Amino acid sequence: MRSEKAIRAVLTALALTAISSLALITAFIFKEGVPLIVQVGAGRFLLSSDWYPLEGEFGIFPMIVGSVAVTLGAMVIGVVFGVGCAILLTQFCPPRMVSVLKPSVELLAGIPSVVYGFIGVAILVPLIRDTLGGPGLSVLAASIVLGVMVLPTVTSISVDALQAVPKSYREGSIALGATEWQTTHLVLLRAARSGIVAAVILGMGRAIGETMAVIMVAGNTLDIPESLLDPVRTLTSNIALEMGYAAGDHRRALFATGVTLFVIIMILNTIALTVSRRRVRKVLAR
Amino acid sequence: MDAMRWIVVALGLVLLLVLLGAGWGKGRDGALNVIGSTSVQPFAEMLAQEFDEGQEDFVVDVQGGGSTAGIQAVSNGIADVGMCSRSLKVEEAALLQAVAVAQDGLAIVVHPSNPVEDLTLEQVQRLFSGQAARWNQVGGDDRPVRLITREEGSGTREAFQNLVMCKSRISRKALTQESNGAVKELVRYDACAVGYMSLGLVGEELKAVRVNGVAPTVAEGQAGRYPLVRPFLFVTKGPPSERARRFIGFVLSPEAQRMLEREGLVGAP
Repeated sequence: MRSEKAIRAVLTALALTAISSLALITAFIFKEGVPLIVQVGAGRFLLSSDWYPLEGEFGIFPMIVGSVAVTLGAMVIGVVFGVGCAILLTQFCPPRMVSVLKPSVELLAGIPSVVYGFIGVAILVPLIRDTLGGPGLSVLAASIVLGVMVLPTVTSISVDALQAVPKSYREGSIALGATEWQTTHLVLLRAARSGIVAAVILGMGRAIGETMAVIMVAGNTLDIPESLLDPVRTLTSNIALEMGYAAGDHRRALFATGVTLFVIIMILNTIALTVSRRRVRKVLAR
Repeated sequence: MDAMRWIVVALGLVLLLVLLGAGWGKGRDGALNVIGSTSVQPFAEMLAQEFDEGQEDFVVDVQGGGSTAGIQAVSNGIADVGMCSRSLKVEEAALLQAVAVAQDGLAIVVHPSNPVEDLTLEQVQRLFSGQAARWNQVGGDDRPVRLITREEGSGTREAFQNLVMCKSRISRKALTQESNGAVKELVRYDACAVGYMSLGLVGEELKAVRVNGVAPTVAEGQAGRYPLVRPFLFVTKGPPSERARRFIGFVLSPEAQRMLEREGLVGAP
């Protein structure tokens, strides 16, 4: 009995360590970042386009635009291909092919991001520069690289969502005379909608947080992009590029950039959680 | 009871490992830690290797990270010697001692196919501030200018800012790359690009333009004619330790200086 209790205590301690590290990280970045936001003024910090950290001007608006642009681009690619792949895997694919395709898509998650970046720089960027013009390092290049990187997340969660749709829906629809495709887009996709939304939002969180690959292919300018072929700097790249050198207010401004990113990701995760909880409730209510 | 004892032992072991790890982190015995500018790093590595061959009681451990990171590392006592590729700021100079071990030319590099051979300092400034957005505004042919700069805080960038830009700012449209190598890689494949980098690292693939009519060479730098020259500093907190003194002494020796000049640096002033 005593050992039972001891083990429970140890496990609790371990669990608390994990959670407290999260709390520590949160407390630390807020402690370092928030005073600077207050000092500069939240409006100016978020909406000014002047980032001259050594002269005391901290405006991260172009980077917010950059993060949003790159993430949206990545989601267009990630969602079209990811959800398409999930539909193929769950509806139109013989089981033997699924057993090859699904693991290979999931394998994409295991490739280090610097490798994605390197392939982007070595192949994608010259291709864009030579065929479409511009510097090559661009919103487009970053979107494509990130789109591929979020594929495993979007695909595997969408597959789970589609598989969770009761078999009777599909059978009922087919029995009513609908074709396979009609069944898929009129019945299954709608039934799995909340799960797919959760997949998209989790993929978005991954895309907005990615750093290394983006630094390598996005060009990191401080300007607001006007087209897909313009280079951008994202919030994460800004932190990673300048962290090594920063001191004083500059360093705090980078933490403040981190706070902004943290808040954005928190909002996305909250949406994902509520949406997927709604799905669970729906299934339970059935 | 037994489980309890095991857990205590396990936790004790973990604690021991953590402490040991922390002890290790403090610096291997027998190494002189040299940290800082990525511009100085390749040269320092070369010299460290040479230096290590000559003696045995300690090795020189060279790491990059950037000029400012090097200065911070020295101030915090993490590094014995910091490498810095720009002049010290006033508040840094008050705390630290610096020795100029070499000078480096800053080359303005373009794609080999770019017909521009010669730029004045003022033209370079107009290019990088974004006032001249096409090459024909500075005597080239009709193509857009693609600026490539380094990240805020880089020693190369600060040297460039001080030597070329003075009060004006580098354009926001400039692509930002985080190393000399990345700048080189971009300029090499982009016919519209212009960047700046350490003269010693230019290599064969890029074209370094003449500045104010003076060719960017070691000889012109030495003679004081090439305008874009910055110091490479070794920085210590207070007077250098015995080991640091020996390494810095070696770097300043005629033999080592000749080696640096062969690699494209301008010798110590």
